[in-house]
Amino acid sequence: MTLIDFYPIVPEIFVLVMASLILILAAADKCPSHGYVPAMLTLAGAAVLTVLFAGLGTDALVRGLFIADPMGDVLKLATYVAAMACFAYSRAYLREHGMLRGEYFALALFAVLGMMVMISAASLLTLYLGLELLSLSLYTLVALQRDSARASEAAMKYFILGALASGLLLYGMSLLYGATGSLELAAIAQALHGQSGNTMLLTFALVFIVAGIGFKLGVAPFHMWVPDVYQGAPTAVTLFIASAPKLAAFAIVMRMLVLGLPSLMADWQMMLAVMAVASLAIGNLAAIMQTNIKRMLAYSTISHMGFLLLGVLAASIAGFAAGMFYVISYVIMTLAGFGLILHLSSKDNEADTLDAFRGLNTTHPWLAALMAIVMLSMAGLPPFLGFYAKFFVLQALVGGGWITLAVVAVLFSLIGAYYYLRVIKLMYFDAPVEGVPQIAPSGDAAGLLSANGLAVLGLGILPQGLLTVCVVAVQASL
Amino acid sequence: MITVNHYLILGSLLFAISIMGLFLNRKNLVVILMAIELMLLAVNMNFIAFSHYLNDLSGQVFVFFILTVAAAESAIGLAILVLLFRNMRSIHVDDMDTLKG
Repeated sequence: MTLIDFYPIVPEIFVLVMASLILILAAADKCPSHGYVPAMLTLAGAAVLTVLFAGLGTDALVRGLFIADPMGDVLKLATYVAAMACFAYSRAYLREHGMLRGEYFALALFAVLGMMVMISAASLLTLYLGLELLSLSLYTLVALQRDSARASEAAMKYFILGALASGLLLYGMSLLYGATGSLELAAIAQALHGQSGNTMLLTFALVFIVAGIGFKLGVAPFHMWVPDVYQGAPTAVTLFIASAPKLAAFAIVMRMLVLGLPSLMADWQMMLAVMAVASLAIGNLAAIMQTNIKRMLAYSTISHMGFLLLGVLAASIAGFAAGMFYVISYVIMTLAGFGLILHLSSKDNEADTLDAFRGLNTTHPWLAALMAIVMLSMAGLPPFLGFYAKFFVLQALVGGGWITLAVVAVLFSLIGAYYYLRVIKLMYFDAPVEGVPQIAPSGDAAGLLSANGLAVLGLGILPQGLLTVCVVAVQASL
Repeated sequence: MITVNHYLILGSLLFAISIMGLFLNRKNLVVILMAIELMLLAVNMNFIAFSHYLNDLSGQVFVFFILTVAAAESAIGLAILVLLFRNMRSIHVDDMDTLKG
């Protein structure tokens, strides 16, 4: 074992060491700037290391456990950027709510480490460990606001359903191990190739695994936790849960189903199709009835994750690339959306009801314009990023012959446009309501927020670059 | 003669009991935490049975990791439970209904 054997996992080791250091310093209350600057530097350092060590070294040390491929590198870089944006947006909110402590950053970095392991997982063991590291950190983050009954209830619900999801996934993994005799995804794919085997055992395994992944992604019919957690968690944590982990969730769908179980493709395609249609229906219809914007965006997340599954189930290079493009653009839009809610929240006013947004244009026209861009993009209107994300997925679906699914997806997107456009109507055409506390921006990341909002517009006008990155990364990784 | 099937049936029974404990129990959150533990133990039963009959050690290694994670998981679960009791003065499942819509 030489130094070169460690190259593929250098970014992971770096994040682990730094997160542990921040945790120790935070315990002694000696962390500079409450951990904010060290956490940002850690993520920036991890990004540099990921680029520097991409494709270098040997996999002798981690063979069969860990994959270092271009898709993983792109997703990891997106994860770092998303986490950095989360930290920048959250700082003022955390300070005002008395949560700006090293624990937040240490836990968030451990969650990032979990996501990195998930993204690069090549075996059931690493996949499970990464997933648990992410989940356990997230449960704790939700409960970080110790005096809030809502937050602790959300944490409990998240914990119970998350543990159930892990249980289902593990049960499926144990059956899969029994059927194939290996924990490595590549070896599993090899063992299943061309053999009919014990089909009943395999079908059971697949059902449990898909259900477990469905829970973690938050797609219907396993979506019950999403609205409660989004609404109950402190907004800074909601932002974190809603953004970066979706990249890792996409990665485990790719690793588990596409890398590990290609022989069962026909089965999982049907399951994903059912889950995707159910998510589009439930997400878009239930979002219409919400009065809390965090809850509304939670239902919108459910429908977006359904759309993401449509890209994966097309099961072609174009489909996987479209899925990857979709998840990255979803994260960019979500960061801007929840970032704006965070920016508009102050100590006494959470700004999480739809009423709080009435007449925003008269008081804060620029923030209203940014919010309008995000909402139009999430609704999937051209020329914004969300349009191309949906367009590429639909293109891949039609290319794969799934015409009916594509039509259903378009119909539900049309229904979904209603509640996004309602937010714009409230901001531009309604007068502020008497008695509802007025929004007073207190965030200190206005510049970054504007850049994020404009990125939604800019990448929408020029989507080709990001798409090429996704296509090249997927092609090089399959 | 005890075959791998017997162990699988035992594992699935334990798993079914834990799922029932999660969904049918409307009273106490501690019972839910116990059900979650039982679920992980059911999975361990499967892994060990397969590992033995396949003559492959990796399944048993996985079990060690699951046990470790389960310990961390119950620590966090109990911590959240204490937090919930402090804030709500109750650990009844039916009282967790402030988030709805």
